[in-house]
Amino acid sequence: MNPNLNLWLIPVLPLAGAAINGFLGKKASREAVSAVALFFCGAAFVMALWVAVRFSTLSLPHQEFVAHWIRFGSFRADFAFYLDQLSLVMLLVVTGVGFLIHIYSVGYMWDDPSYYRFFSYLNLFMFFMLTLVLANNYLVMFIGWEGVGLASYLLIGFWFTKDSAASAGKKAFIVNRIGDFGFLIALFLLIKHFGSLDFDQVFRSISPLGAETAGAGLLTAIGLLLMVGAAGKSAQIPLYVWLPDAMEGPTPVSALIHAATMVTAGVYMVSRSHVIFERAPSALMVVAIIGTLTAFFAATIGIAQTDIKKVLAYSTISQLGYMFMACGVGAFSAGIFHLMTHAFFKGLLFLGAGSVIHAVGGEQDMRKMGGLRSYIPWTFLAMFIATLAIAGIPPLAGFWSKDEILWRAYQVSWVYWLIGVVTAFITSFYMFRLLYMTFFGDYRGVQEQASGQASHGHDAHGHGEPHESPMVMLVPLMILALLSLFGGFVGWGHHFEHFLAPVLGGESAGEAGTSITEWLLMGVSILAAVSGWILAHLLYSARPELPQKIADSLGGFYQTVVHKYYIDELYAVLFVKPLVEGSTRILWQDVDRKMIDAAVNDAGDGAGHVSDEVRHMQSGNIRSYAGWITAGSAVVIAFMIWMGVR
Amino acid sequence: MSFHLILFLAFGAVCVGGAVNLLAQRHPINSALSLIAVMAALAGEYLLLGAEFVAAVQVIVYAGAVMVLFVFVIMLLNAGEEEQTNGSRVAFLLGVPGMLTGGVLVAWVVLRQSGSETVPIGALPGRPTDIAQLLFHDFLLPFEVTSVLILIAIMGAVVLASKPETPAGRAD
Amino acid sequence: MVPSYVPLSYYLLLSGFLFACGVVGFLIKRDIITIFMSIELMLNGVNLSFVAFAAHWHALAGQVFVFFVMVVAAAEATVGLAIIIAVYRTRETLNVDQVNLLKL
Repeated sequence: MNPNLNLWLIPVLPLAGAAINGFLGKKASREAVSAVALFFCGAAFVMALWVAVRFSTLSLPHQEFVAHWIRFGSFRADFAFYLDQLSLVMLLVVTGVGFLIHIYSVGYMWDDPSYYRFFSYLNLFMFFMLTLVLANNYLVMFIGWEGVGLASYLLIGFWFTKDSAASAGKKAFIVNRIGDFGFLIALFLLIKHFGSLDFDQVFRSISPLGAETAGAGLLTAIGLLLMVGAAGKSAQIPLYVWLPDAMEGPTPVSALIHAATMVTAGVYMVSRSHVIFERAPSALMVVAIIGTLTAFFAATIGIAQTDIKKVLAYSTISQLGYMFMACGVGAFSAGIFHLMTHAFFKGLLFLGAGSVIHAVGGEQDMRKMGGLRSYIPWTFLAMFIATLAIAGIPPLAGFWSKDEILWRAYQVSWVYWLIGVVTAFITSFYMFRLLYMTFFGDYRGVQEQASGQASHGHDAHGHGEPHESPMVMLVPLMILALLSLFGGFVGWGHHFEHFLAPVLGGESAGEAGTSITEWLLMGVSILAAVSGWILAHLLYSARPELPQKIADSLGGFYQTVVHKYYIDELYAVLFVKPLVEGSTRILWQDVDRKMIDAAVNDAGDGAGHVSDEVRHMQSGNIRSYAGWITAGSAVVIAFMIWMGVR
Repeated sequence: MSFHLILFLAFGAVCVGGAVNLLAQRHPINSALSLIAVMAALAGEYLLLGAEFVAAVQVIVYAGAVMVLFVFVIMLLNAGEEEQTNGSRVAFLLGVPGMLTGGVLVAWVVLRQSGSETVPIGALPGRPTDIAQLLFHDFLLPFEVTSVLILIAIMGAVVLASKPETPAGRAD
Repeated sequence: MVPSYVPLSYYLLLSGFLFACGVVGFLIKRDIITIFMSIELMLNGVNLSFVAFAAHWHALAGQVFVFFVMVVAAAEATVGLAIIIAVYRTRETLNVDQVNLLKL
């Protein structure tokens, strides 16, 4: 038996931090708020490390029961935690990257008036995310699932006085909700057919079942519904539309939630449920198709964006597509591997972007940047490393994970592989485009910009030119850069896959060493990455007048891509507008006003009218009283006689 | 056609006539006198049933004291013929039919239940001795309570009917 | 002498008729004193019923009860007439329809 590790502390410590900052932070000093937030988040990270150190001594999976929750007939769901290799990986990623971003936020949000609220929400998010990752049953995971959605809403709409931010928060929450609906139905199906939501119980019941034939089937249904939930949370087609809008939130939020952790919850959930998916091939295929298409689709949009954060947002959607592609071809551990490396370099990219935005005083349009290399060299170095990683250039982290996915995809179908390679090319292109537009060439920004627009909570420095970020922001950047540089080596020799094998199954056709095909494909992906770099260099460094010419020649098609294929407008017409109309006309005016309000009002009026009539009985006239009495007593006599005669 | 029945019918006719006359007369004094006639006839009915003491008390107390009281009040207030106001439709519309219905129902029940039973003349002699026996043994408490009741009635009547004090009348 | 019989129902019907006349008088008369007299008529009708049943069942308690009814009727008449006098002093009328201030 394993000793009690008090796993519950890991989520609860940030919760305590959230509570303290939330209730007491308003009057406290910034130093105090920072100390509390960093302490509790750091404590969670330290505990995670400690658990990792003891990990090899545990028999797995390690479960810890905390409290009773639901007992209903034969159905039980308790507050309990679950530790195995998969949750350990997620745990370390979430606490580690989370802690780094907390440190970064101290610097980034220093001048914001609602400083304490930010850290309270950030800690709250950590609590929910850790609950999600450490849950031992789907229901506790769902608590975390919903909770991170809530935290996301709160943080996206952090500057809620801004209309666009408030709307973005709403949009994120509502679209997430649609996914949650699918998730819930999947849970109901699980309860109905397997009687439990505990991971080992469900998986043990499902394991003996054979793979379902294509088409209908319970497991396929569950798998598809789970995918709906994952598509909502992890921004896949068709529920990705909230993620670009979520860039309204502060940049650390984008880094933590919308790059490293929350959006990966869907991938984690799908990997955790691999037992179900492996027995529902149709659902798995749907997962792969959605992932692949999303990866490609989002990448094409990323080419034409001019806001630095939007490019990164679409990049996130695209990379998440890769992870789902991996899961969809059965390479769950490859998906998790990419999740981990992505957390490093995407977190780094967002934090670096934050640093850039901070440097130019709040401007986010890349067309107004340029030549920042000389002003903010450290940031440039970090961003450069991250771009190399995401483009998939060896030996950085992104190469190993992406290559693994492409290799496994190829083994299922060359179509997936081809689209994946093309997407990799496009990814490399737009990432280097971002790099060139931001850091190379001449500074295109107006000087007044650099002296400070406070749109990211940063006061005017009055320097008159872009300036580097403080150390508190740079150190996390550097740490993440190191991780992006060296983090991929855990995948060397399939170590990572072996580590996760007890959980995710170690079947990999690539087990037989590295074959010629694998080397070949590796070469192709490197080629794609480098070509993207070269093309970006050509268009944005060597011949900067070309992009405009190309855009003009493509005309309408280019406009469509710039406007994100008008998907948002399409949704508005198809779904939003009818819903709002229907809600206003039918539900509000007809149902609420005419039926419900009318019922209540008429009941009240009716009572009034009735009593208006009845009060005439009290006329003060003795004779009428006598008349009523006589009539009443006649009725009573009649009743008594009737009773007696019966 | 026994003598008992004839007597019963005679007294009964007086009762009925007096009752109807009470309703028909417009001046209260006429109604009061009709009522006295009814009570006297009722005393006769009681005698037919053998209730001597009750008959005597009926004449003395009811006809002799209560009705006299009524007549005195009519005189005191100088009550004239009643006016023909019509303040309540309910009394006519609901009350009278209701009462008629009730009456018919009760009559029906009475006839059904006791249609064949008969009472002989002087069936239960109500001698004062026997009545006293009951009154002061079994019904002693109610008897005492009624004496208290009368006392209260007297005091109440005195208070209610006395002239209200004039504002300047207190001075002495 | 041959005892002669009168059906019990005759007495009861007479009693009922007297009662009914009392009720009708209460309902249709407008003079308060006449209404009071109708109440007395009702009570008398009930008394006859009591005595008749007492004779039928040979229960003397019926006649004793008549006694009590009379006492109560006397007390009630006393107080009631006193009230009428008091009301007459203030309202100057014996018409019931004009004493109707206790209304909604």
